[in-house]
Amino acid sequence: MSSVAQPAPSRRRRRRHTKLQRRQTRIGWVLLIPSLAVVAFVAIYPLGKTVYQSFTNAEFLAGITPTKWVGLENYRTLWHDTVFRHSVVETIKFTAITVSFEFVLGLIIALVVNSHFRGRGVMRAVMLVPWAIPTVVAAKIWQWMLDDTYGVVNDLLMKAHIISHPHAWVADPATSLASVCAVDIWKTTPFVALLLLAGLQVIPNDLYEAAGVDGANALQQFWRITFPLLRPAILVTLVFRTLDALRVFDVFYVFFGQRPDTQTMAIYAQSTIVGDGHVGYGAAISVAIFLIISLFVVIYVTFMRVTEE
Amino acid sequence: MKHRRLLVLAGVVGVVALVASLSVVAAGSAKPTASHQATAVAAPKVPNAAAIKKKYGGQKITFVGDSVGNGHVRDAALAKRFTKDTGIKVSVVPHPAASDAAYSQLARAFSQKSSSIDVAMIDVVWPGAFAPYLVNLKPKLGAQSKIHAAGIVASDTVNGKLVAMPWFGDFGLLYYRTDLLKKYGYKSPPTTWNQLFTMAKKIQDGEQKSNPNFAGFVFQGNSYEGLTCNALEWIASAGGGHYIDNGKATINNAKARTVLDAIRNQIGKTTPRGVTTYQEDQTEHAFDDGNAAFARNWPYQYGIGAGAGSKVKGKFSVAPLPHGAGGHSVATVGGWQLAVSKYSKHQGAAIEFVRYMTSKAVERFDAITNANVPTIPSLAKDKTVVATNPYLKPATANVARVARPSKFLKTHYNEASKAIYQGINQILNGTPASSVLPGVQSKLNQILKEH
Repeated sequence: MSSVAQPAPSRRRRRRHTKLQRRQTRIGWVLLIPSLAVVAFVAIYPLGKTVYQSFTNAEFLAGITPTKWVGLENYRTLWHDTVFRHSVVETIKFTAITVSFEFVLGLIIALVVNSHFRGRGVMRAVMLVPWAIPTVVAAKIWQWMLDDTYGVVNDLLMKAHIISHPHAWVADPATSLASVCAVDIWKTTPFVALLLLAGLQVIPNDLYEAAGVDGANALQQFWRITFPLLRPAILVTLVFRTLDALRVFDVFYVFFGQRPDTQTMAIYAQSTIVGDGHVGYGAAISVAIFLIISLFVVIYVTFMRVTEE
Repeated sequence: MKHRRLLVLAGVVGVVALVASLSVVAAGSAKPTASHQATAVAAPKVPNAAAIKKKYGGQKITFVGDSVGNGHVRDAALAKRFTKDTGIKVSVVPHPAASDAAYSQLARAFSQKSSSIDVAMIDVVWPGAFAPYLVNLKPKLGAQSKIHAAGIVASDTVNGKLVAMPWFGDFGLLYYRTDLLKKYGYKSPPTTWNQLFTMAKKIQDGEQKSNPNFAGFVFQGNSYEGLTCNALEWIASAGGGHYIDNGKATINNAKARTVLDAIRNQIGKTTPRGVTTYQEDQTEHAFDDGNAAFARNWPYQYGIGAGAGSKVKGKFSVAPLPHGAGGHSVATVGGWQLAVSKYSKHQGAAIEFVRYMTSKAVERFDAITNANVPTIPSLAKDKTVVATNPYLKPATANVARVARPSKFLKTHYNEASKAIYQGINQILNGTPASSVLPGVQSKLNQILKEH
């Protein structure tokens, strides 16, 4: 990430490069060509094609209408599309809730497993189990656990006299978003904890010793040492999680299928392209999702630069 | 040293996760395989097997088949027999249980010109959309198609080409518990929706004292194709039309609103609150586990309910679905066809497989072991078939059929159906019909105008 912030080498310095150095640079570029070609093929080509298709009325199945250029029509429709707007709101709500919970819980877990105690190794392993289970499998498990008739969650809550009768967590619109968030938080907190733990481990111990000698208490040590030094790791974690959450598809798809009130942006794009067969309009949705996610990337990267300087 | 410990940790986590995942998958598949008479009747042998073997023996084909109820067990048994007799290897892949998801899977394969699918099962509403991707079966199977119901063959014929062969039929039925009706003093099953709600409430109140999981009525309320089928029965039986009539959307009318709101008011009262997430399998499980007084489902549930693993064996019967105030009982037409992909590299072998699967002997086997409706009219009168499938008796089999509006929508059917089932799912989840149906109606009209 630091390469982004580095200023380009000045002209004077470049002139001082020897012939050998220049040759090495050339060889470097030649060696890079294969990987650049791969990136162009797997990233730039599909992206370009999606953008191109978003200006056409392309259909998924043949023989419906001949594909033609329609200009900005898809984007005009998208601007007035209340279903899409609803899916954006729903996705952002999901992102805000899950990322903040995952971050706070992940940080606490990371701090705990970073301290010295017996069985720490086992703890670190156990904590990763939810993350290692495939999302679809985890979502299915939770769907059954949250079931209103057979689910263990209702059973436990009723036995504890917290609720008087079983609640349909997934079906009821009042709790559907909360239930899907809970699953994502359960599954992804370990990942956040792992990233933050890696960040914690590079903080030198002598800083804490020095702070201890100076009489700083644990809270002061956290705010003055841990938090500032952890900031790069925190930002990387937040970027990862935010982008992932904005693209969410699998948990929602398992939980709700094509249910309209709980549709994420990715599900709307998928069902428009594959279900309805409107490739052109679906491409416009995909481009919009790309732009929304890019916006978040720009915000984060700017924030990162500011904090680095 | 540190790395080694990390690797060991990673390994342990991986193993635990794998075991957990596998046990969930195993638990998931354990339920539907509770087969019943399937073992009693053997899969019929393939006619002309020697000639087929000589021509196509050793080829491999992929069949994207059934996944609801015992459908996959049946497909596997028939494919095994076919392979044994002809030497053509058939790999059976169950499709997604929700019909609209199965549609998406096929659409994806066809649009990529994929040769990975040779034979696929096609819903009765799809031939119009998939015709360009399917082999014309008329030259080879035209003669065999004549034994099937002419109406189904006609809907499988697009622009003069027979793009699919009828495989089994479907129509909506009301399943009810004979023992519970008697216990609560009812002599006959309900004929109107209001009667159903009253009976469901009384039985549920009584049964919940000993079984808190008991519900009066279960159906397919999930946001998927099955809800389009269920709601068509509610609306049409109340005289509210068929979503689209004479080429115009009619869904937003007073009768439709009344019946949909009436059903909405039952959610969580005489139905489980989670019924808005139920598909066929959840409906069948609730009823066959003895947790429901009434269920709406397709005929296949009869076979599982009468089978060995069922808790309601001998305690249930079927009736026509109830109707609304000024209407009469109807049943949505369902049913599945078999089609051969144009991109199949083994079309000859695939067609022979379809010939076998849609033969009279196999349909009889399917009707007896799996309670599916034969598409061959003479089989629907076969004594053994009727004895195992009493729903084929005139009282239920002759109920007026209603069709989903695929003839008006053709290639846009899936999109229109999504608008319908999403709207109705929203109503079931608590939004009044009057604030949902106008939007659905204008969406349908917009789709109709587009083509």
